[in-house]
Amino acid sequence: MSSPPAEASVAAEPLLWARQLAFEIDGRRLWRELDLSLQPGERLGITGPSGSGKTLLLRTLAGLEPLQHGELEFRGRALADWSMPKYRAGVAYLAQRPSLREGSVEATLRAPFGFGVRRGVAYPVERAQSLLSTLGRDADFLRQRAERLSGGEAQIVALLRALLVEPQILLLDEPTASLDAATVEAVEQLVTLWLAADGKRSYIWTSHDASQLARSTDRRLSLASAA
Amino acid sequence: MSAHYIDLSVWQLVAAAALIGVNLLISIALRLGLAKTLLIASLRMAAQLLLVGFILESIFALKTPLPVVGIGLVMAALASVAAVRRTRRRFPGIYWNSLLSILGSAFLVTGAALVGIIQVRPWFEPQYAIPLLGMVLGNILTGVSLALDRFMDGVAQDRERIEADLALGATRWEAAQPLVNDSLRIGMIPTINAMMVMGVVSLPGMMTGQLLAGAAPTSAVRYQIVIMFMIAAATALGTLGVIGLAFRALFNARHQLCAGRLHAIDRING
Repeated sequence: MSSPPAEASVAAEPLLWARQLAFEIDGRRLWRELDLSLQPGERLGITGPSGSGKTLLLRTLAGLEPLQHGELEFRGRALADWSMPKYRAGVAYLAQRPSLREGSVEATLRAPFGFGVRRGVAYPVERAQSLLSTLGRDADFLRQRAERLSGGEAQIVALLRALLVEPQILLLDEPTASLDAATVEAVEQLVTLWLAADGKRSYIWTSHDASQLARSTDRRLSLASAA
Repeated sequence: MSAHYIDLSVWQLVAAAALIGVNLLISIALRLGLAKTLLIASLRMAAQLLLVGFILESIFALKTPLPVVGIGLVMAALASVAAVRRTRRRFPGIYWNSLLSILGSAFLVTGAALVGIIQVRPWFEPQYAIPLLGMVLGNILTGVSLALDRFMDGVAQDRERIEADLALGATRWEAAQPLVNDSLRIGMIPTINAMMVMGVVSLPGMMTGQLLAGAAPTSAVRYQIVIMFMIAAATALGTLGVIGLAFRALFNARHQLCAGRLHAIDRING
């Protein structure tokens, strides 16, 4: 605690602030002394080779992994003081591989509005349709079975689902890995539109693709050096 | 009991054992590789039953509740170990969870039936308590192992789907509920199926035994109805208990899925 203040605490209050994070799995240290801060509107990229723990870092920030070491704050409140569902309603994580339950696309998109944390919040029918039309898809798409979608389409649905619940921070874990070029463009476009709609939003994006990170993020954090 | 049934001699048992030869022949002819397991199972069955025959005689002579309860505890412990050993995965505490739910549900339901329904005097009368508890335990065991297996499988295989829900603000309960429901349903299927065809397709073992011993069919049927309701209630409680405990073991209070606590085992025993 007596070490010099992290650069994050100087600027305006960060949305997400992490200090001295460390992660160990099966006795192997993935990263340690990891500091991170995310300002409203900021787009942070995370790079690093396979196995450097990019996914585990996002999962830790999403509260899906226990915080092994260090501190994590969202909107000035420590993770431990947040109710987990409320925290995750604000900091949503999108896994690299989409995983949707059986049912129509529309039922999939509606599902998070059935969670207690969104009691009283209605499923935004019109916004869903406008996002779909951005992607060049009509209402028929909503009636398709989610479990029969192609990998790319499932990823789009998973992203739409995350965007519709309007988190403040999106944690995107290689969202375009294994997607074709057209779908990659659609995903980047959707995320950009979502960010632009509210100045208080921000996202963290992990990727192997340096040119994509250069395009869609303002600042990069490399995990290779921390390993 | 009007005991004019035929007492079986040793050579009659040996003749019956020849029937297992059918299984052996099939297994060897089709190379099922079951011959050795079948032999072991047959020997175990015969030895266990002969042994129990001797033990039961002295158990039925018991006049105080404590030893009867003690035997019940041992039976429940064996059932809970057997239930876990039939599943393909483990997590720390799984044996305790199995014991707690099987013991709790079996004792509760059997106790209620002995005291409240059959109204045995004294309530621990071993001739009633031990066979009824045994039947209830045998059925809970099936329900618990099926439900537990389904639940652990689901956690391992649907992990991404469960975590996708958690990541969007679901509570651990909301995220696990479809799987919990499915596990409970699967745990209850054997009991429901058995009740559906009972008397039409199958004449249950306990009833058959009573009939062979010379009981009136209408009286044997009444016992069977009571035991089936006991089994249904106890299996429901037992599976609910074990799934509830497994849920708490695999999802922590911070709404995190602790998939690392679950590990597959190479080989299922017994």
